[in-house]
Amino acid sequence: MSDPLLQVTSLGKRFGGFVALDGIDLEVLPGERLGLIGPNGSGKSTLVNCVCGSLHNETGSVRFAGQLLDGLPAHRRTHIGLARSFQLPRPFISLSVADNLRVPLLYTVRRRALLRRSAHELDERCIELLAQVGLDGKARRMTSDLTQVEMRKLELARAMAAEPRLLIADEVMAGLSHSEIEDIITLLLRLNEQGVTVIMIEHIMRAVMRFSQRLAVLVSGRKIADGIPEDVVNNPEVVSAYLGQ
Amino acid sequence: MPFTRFFLLTLAAAAAAFAAAVLVHNDYLFFAGYVVLQFVVLATAWNILGGYCGYVNFGTAAFFAIGAYTAVALHKLAANPDRYLSGGWALLKPLFPLSLPTLVAVGGLIAGIVGLGMGYLTLRLRGVFFAIATLAMAVVFQTLIINWDFVGGSRGAYIIRPDHITIGAFELPYIQYLFLIMLLLAVLALAIARAIEHSRLGFAFASIRDDELAAEAAGVPTLRIKLIATTLSGALMGMAGAPFPYYIGYVEPAAAFGLAYAVNAVAMPMIGGTTSWGGPLVGAILLGSLQQIVTVTVSSAVNLLIVGVLLVMFVVIAPKGIVGLVYDRLARG
Amino acid sequence: MSMPPDLLANAVVAGLLLGGFYAAVTVGISIAFGMLDVVNIAHPAFIILGSYIAYFLNITTGVDPIVIAILALPAFYLLGVAVYQVYYLSFERRGQEALRGLAFFFGLLFITEVALILVFGVDYRYVQAPYIGPSWHIGFVDLPLRMLIPCVFSLLMVAGLQLYLTRTFIGRAIQAVAQDQLALRLLAANPTRIKRIAFGISIATASLAGAFLIIIQPIEPSVGREYIGRVFAICVLGGMGSLPGTVIASMLLGIMESFTATFYGPSWAPAVAFGFLLLALAVRPAGILGR
Repeated sequence: MSDPLLQVTSLGKRFGGFVALDGIDLEVLPGERLGLIGPNGSGKSTLVNCVCGSLHNETGSVRFAGQLLDGLPAHRRTHIGLARSFQLPRPFISLSVADNLRVPLLYTVRRRALLRRSAHELDERCIELLAQVGLDGKARRMTSDLTQVEMRKLELARAMAAEPRLLIADEVMAGLSHSEIEDIITLLLRLNEQGVTVIMIEHIMRAVMRFSQRLAVLVSGRKIADGIPEDVVNNPEVVSAYLGQ
Repeated sequence: MPFTRFFLLTLAAAAAAFAAAVLVHNDYLFFAGYVVLQFVVLATAWNILGGYCGYVNFGTAAFFAIGAYTAVALHKLAANPDRYLSGGWALLKPLFPLSLPTLVAVGGLIAGIVGLGMGYLTLRLRGVFFAIATLAMAVVFQTLIINWDFVGGSRGAYIIRPDHITIGAFELPYIQYLFLIMLLLAVLALAIARAIEHSRLGFAFASIRDDELAAEAAGVPTLRIKLIATTLSGALMGMAGAPFPYYIGYVEPAAAFGLAYAVNAVAMPMIGGTTSWGGPLVGAILLGSLQQIVTVTVSSAVNLLIVGVLLVMFVVIAPKGIVGLVYDRLARG
Repeated sequence: MSMPPDLLANAVVAGLLLGGFYAAVTVGISIAFGMLDVVNIAHPAFIILGSYIAYFLNITTGVDPIVIAILALPAFYLLGVAVYQVYYLSFERRGQEALRGLAFFFGLLFITEVALILVFGVDYRYVQAPYIGPSWHIGFVDLPLRMLIPCVFSLLMVAGLQLYLTRTFIGRAIQAVAQDQLALRLLAANPTRIKRIAFGISIATASLAGAFLIIIQPIEPSVGREYIGRVFAICVLGGMGSLPGTVIASMLLGIMESFTATFYGPSWAPAVAFGFLLLALAVRPAGILGR
């Protein structure tokens, strides 16, 4: 039984009087594929923000590979192997599509590498990553030329560019066609085979069921279920709170 | 174009400019040219933090004045070394009076440290609060200087400009020397801006400007990068300010901290274009020359009014600045 | 350092009176910046504009400056609406508020100051009113009327605004716009129209604040700049959009400045507010009555 890669303990976050997260406990084992579902506003993205350091949690703690993340700024968390895509895409609008990926390559990957990669090699890597999400054709374009769907793919590619140990994919599939969803699932499965732990946050149940080894459900800031997907989707509380909708 | 070629070309252009000015043999050219070059440095320095990084600094005058007042303080030290340099400090006596390039370096160093400190206090906050804090800081420093009698306080300080200076075998009229120093500073500022643009740091700046949260998530150490920007920007501004007392002869807080510096440092890059080293250069040369003409023909108040109006107009109508407009024209045609 | 009780009491009272005035100066920013997120650093320029209008009409017609300011309210409101329209069309809609919006307002601040220099020159200007000069005395405490009257009217104005914001539909819509534009849309109110009205009100307060300013002290065009730091310091410490918070923070700043002026000398006073702001931003960006 290996130690969890990510260990969230009693995580709490309030915005003024509003309780966004109410004592969340969550563990993710190395190499695992976790699905995280729940209604809009249930706190999924807030949880991701707290884990990755974009927000400060008031109570509870987050451990990654045994290391306590309290007070560690977001960029340091990315350096140690935590990467996420943003639910609402946040592209670097003054950079080309390819250069959007250059930033994590320059500041996260190159930091770890012992070899200095030339500008040409970085460029190749950017194109390679874009090809994995089907955006290599638009590498030189500006992000304003991308559709909403393509921007989500860019988000995913940018998270992948950081070569994470744990990748959190926050609703990357919204608006994608059937075949595009299949492509993303295949991509994430391949990443997982290469050793990347993946947390998938989605509303598309079909994708979540296919991909996840384990499923956790968040409703109104609380985790109400956590287990094998088949069991979770038949859990009456889950059905009434989320799936019945 | 590789950096070395850019640097050499810029140096060559500067040398040509200097040679041309010497040949024309009109002192006014040097006086006016100094001011325009000073603005090139200030605008380029401002743009490193403002245009590249997205953090607006309204306190340009403070950094400029720090450079100027460092020079004043050191000049006063040099005028009376026995009185001020006692005990262990007496070891420094032979160094005084300091040469102008040394004053520039020291002014830049101190201004850079102030930039670092100020950044450390305020850069964790939204860009908006940073901008307000820079305004606040400018007033704090002005108040400090007004209350510091050693550099003359509100009465001001006189600096007597030497007539000539001898460098090796050459004897230069001092104003030409000042012009030369500012020319070299302009080359330095442009070189730094250009070097940043094509470097890893340039990508970091752009990512912070576009979306700081996403930049952090991508692994960019945003606080550290922003501190580099404020330190560098502040240092360059301080360097531009150091020769000022020698240029103008009489320094008092109202002039050194003047509104003209604050608005010009913002207007020139915003009008010229903020995304590359060319914008502040174009803005400084155009606006700087325009101001020289208007100040002499009409009045200095009207001159500032024109700058303000141009700033608002460009910001509203042509956000990409002159350089941006030209690029768009070229791209279309 | 000994603090004789009468000096102390007077410093506190002077601070409170000053604080009351500062509340009037800041309330416009509490609305524009605290609630609407518009960084109007030109607000002090509008205040100085109000001061000069009060000055000019007072000198030519002899009418009381506060009355003039009240009469000028509609004009200032319309000015605010116009400025917001330009701001909205140029920046907010395009999502480029940050850098360019700031530069825009900075440009406005600058243009106003220089235009005033051109029209009125840099000499100090005063108004004439029967309450400028005399003081009331309660024991050893002095209450200069030129401070007391603006303070009282200022607090009345802020109280009136608070009532408006909490009791009327538009007022509550303005408070809502700060928090949730979506909810506002669902209420079938147009967020842009609400913001425009709010900004208009914000600039209208500048008219009155300007009259108060020139009653308290003689003015010249660059006086506005001293207030930028004060205004934002108070706004931040007061909790951004909170009017009661603004009043409390104003009083605090007023007392601190008053103490500094009394015990260290008036030339240090401007630094107090600004140093205050830097400290406030570094330590508690959420403000005292924080959001």
